[in-house]
Amino acid sequence: MATMVTSTKRATDKGMGSGGRFPGPNGKKPGGNGFHGGGSDGKKRKFSPWSYRITMWMVLAAIVMMFGALSVAYVMASEEQRTPVPMPRMFFLSTGLILVSSATFHQAKKSLQEDRGRAHLRWLLATLGLGIGFLLSQLAGWRELARAGVYFSGHPRSTFFYLATALHGGHLLGGIGLVFYLVIRRLRPLWQLSGEKNMTWTRVVGLYWHTMDGIWIWLFVLLLIFK
Amino acid sequence: MSAETHEGVHRHPAPTSFIRKYIFSVDHKVIGIQYIMLALAAVAVGMTMSLLMRLNLSWPGTHWPILETLFPTGAPGGVMTPEFYLSLVTMHGTIMVFFVLTTAPQGGFGNYFLPIQIGAEDMAFPVLNMLSFWVTLVGFIVILLAIFVEGNQSLGQAFAAIGPSFTGGSGTVGPIGGWTGYAPLSALGKIAGPGQGAGMNLWVISIAIFCVGSLLGALNFITTLLNMRTKGMSLMRMPLTCWAWFTTAVLALLSFPVLLGGGILLLLDRIAGTSFFIPSGLYVSGLLSGTNPNFPLHTGGSPILWQHLFWFFGHPEVYIAILPGMGATSHILSTFARKPVFGYRAMVFAIFAIGLLGFFVWGHHMFISGMSPYSAIAFSVLTLSIGVPSAVKTFNWLGTLWGARIRFTTAMLFALGFVSLFVAGGITGLILGQSSLDLAMHDTYIVTAHFHLVMGVASIFGMFAALYFWFPKMFGRFMNEGIGRIHFWLTFIGVYTIFVPMHIMGIVGMPRRYSSFGEYEFLKTLHPLVLLVSVAAVITISAQILFYFNVFWSIFKGKKAGDNPWEATTLEWTTATPPPHDNFAGVLPTVYHGPYEFAVPGAPKDYVMQTDVGADVPGGNGHNGHKH
Repeated sequence: MATMVTSTKRATDKGMGSGGRFPGPNGKKPGGNGFHGGGSDGKKRKFSPWSYRITMWMVLAAIVMMFGALSVAYVMASEEQRTPVPMPRMFFLSTGLILVSSATFHQAKKSLQEDRGRAHLRWLLATLGLGIGFLLSQLAGWRELARAGVYFSGHPRSTFFYLATALHGGHLLGGIGLVFYLVIRRLRPLWQLSGEKNMTWTRVVGLYWHTMDGIWIWLFVLLLIFK
Repeated sequence: MSAETHEGVHRHPAPTSFIRKYIFSVDHKVIGIQYIMLALAAVAVGMTMSLLMRLNLSWPGTHWPILETLFPTGAPGGVMTPEFYLSLVTMHGTIMVFFVLTTAPQGGFGNYFLPIQIGAEDMAFPVLNMLSFWVTLVGFIVILLAIFVEGNQSLGQAFAAIGPSFTGGSGTVGPIGGWTGYAPLSALGKIAGPGQGAGMNLWVISIAIFCVGSLLGALNFITTLLNMRTKGMSLMRMPLTCWAWFTTAVLALLSFPVLLGGGILLLLDRIAGTSFFIPSGLYVSGLLSGTNPNFPLHTGGSPILWQHLFWFFGHPEVYIAILPGMGATSHILSTFARKPVFGYRAMVFAIFAIGLLGFFVWGHHMFISGMSPYSAIAFSVLTLSIGVPSAVKTFNWLGTLWGARIRFTTAMLFALGFVSLFVAGGITGLILGQSSLDLAMHDTYIVTAHFHLVMGVASIFGMFAALYFWFPKMFGRFMNEGIGRIHFWLTFIGVYTIFVPMHIMGIVGMPRRYSSFGEYEFLKTLHPLVLLVSVAAVITISAQILFYFNVFWSIFKGKKAGDNPWEATTLEWTTATPPPHDNFAGVLPTVYHGPYEFAVPGAPKDYVMQTDVGADVPGGNGHNGHKH
């Protein structure tokens, strides 16, 4: 871990690296405190891809923990409740859509790596469309559930169908926002192919998207098994 | 997220306007001080509540005119109702655990000193950092609101407009349910009794908001520590404080989402008619579920599920409270003993072991929940195994002190106090961690005594030590040492006088959370002890006035401090006092040494700073400083 991290270190310590009591700009010690400012010259901090990637991993760890807790709740509630809830047909469609969307996102990333800007945009838009399609199919699935007499405030198991899909859908909506942000970045006039920042953002959004895909598969299997 | 968080490339310039500098600041140092101020405000509220509880316990039925003025419904005729007492218990616990023991050690000192100690200009995501403080503050405002909607009739009725379960004004100072908010009563709404309407809703919402704030903070801590260390600051050269903050952040990251999930389920049970935590056929307040419009039919839920979700978070949470105190204590003991931390590596692994084991022992809070005796044994064994890393830490602290020429500053006194309290409180953990003994001791005062000593008072002592130690760096002035010493001795003797008798009460069988014991013949003989505890509590709480005075007086009038007044070695002492806006005035330091190189043979001084160039220290091993 240590070596990986030092390799992306900002190179701001050139010159006066000897440490200790270094003098300030005028040979005087840098004065002031955090409140009174001083010292900063508005220099650009070097972009650090690892900051973004580590943070995204941590965000995903937290999200996985939350869905894990909800899954445990569902399994425990299932022991008490034996009424089966039929799996809506639409949720099978959702599963197909989100699996394909992961593939299209992967293509978007690959085309960026291969410097194909147009293909990148195309695949991003495809992912966006599939993501929205997924959410619509989830809504249709809810209608199906309601028609079958499964309501939000029935027993814990039927609630979980709605709750898990709503929470996952909310998180996927965030993912759609992130993909949308990638599209906006792509359409900026100063957008450069294979820039480090573009790659980082694409990677980070990809991590999020694929994890949401994985969480859906997990929920789907859980709902399928414990019904 | 604003452009700044998105891009992360512009070093933010020093702010010039008052609001950007002190209020909506993105500077981790200002945010750290804001967290500490939040904790100072919250601890005052929590302490006042414990004072009221003690008054009620030792002089039951006494007429307190001031109570009648403040809470006409909660204390009619100046005498506290049992419900009022229970809501005090709940709010005291909630405010102390969440808004004091989680904010000050991590959000406060961690925020201020983690970036400086690893040689970074700021947190990885400064705007996110600001957001995490403001989200936490909103959580605190919501929990305060819970006091008023339950305490005030008209405000409580106003909340009824949102929905029937939001009706408040039951004359308590918030919800009733303990800081654990056990289901099913917490999941039912107004039907379950006083304080279960608006107050409980706001309690759940506040906790959920707090979870989000803590998660945002934890992300930032982890990323900053992994990715922003300066040149030469390898992981094993980090001060133990940084290790503690890092582990705490990992614990928060993995445990708060579980509480958040549980909180969402609880709130849905309360306001959307779901039944996650409400079993079938429940009979509450003279009503059977499904027979009354106010108490709709619930089926299939499990109240034990809430306990599992809560304690899966709750146990890591107590380590979130104590680990930063351990880090600060190690740091301060070494500095004032003028010796390297004994067994640095073992300390790091012990911190990690405690953090890891903390995730597998939640069941020891639930021994009497009807769990399988086999699970109870597993939880017992895992719980007792935490004694191993805890003992490693304790012996290493003693090893650090062994043969040292100790400088008895106030910070050092509090750090020593931490060790004492941690041992004294931890030892009863070995008793309570065994399911066979806990069956008898559960929910008695020995539990109260145990957790107050080991995670309440001990981590507060860690924070006192940290504040006395770092105050000169934060504000450029010392806290008054004379007042500090008086504060230490009064508090130290005071907390032992409060909590040691509680062990005896617990063994006799005095249950916790009862507002009076007048009806129990076998407990009447204990009344002198109850009285002693209350008198000690009044004295100890009064001593904190000295502390508050010392803090605010010293910010403006304290003795001026230099850059490195304690002759310490870590990076915060290499920069100016107080540190400039970007911590190191534009030039990040380079690190050549471990964090605790005191008494290095052959070195010109008795300490080698982390930034001192290695060549002029023949005895220095450039590492942890424990090879002599």
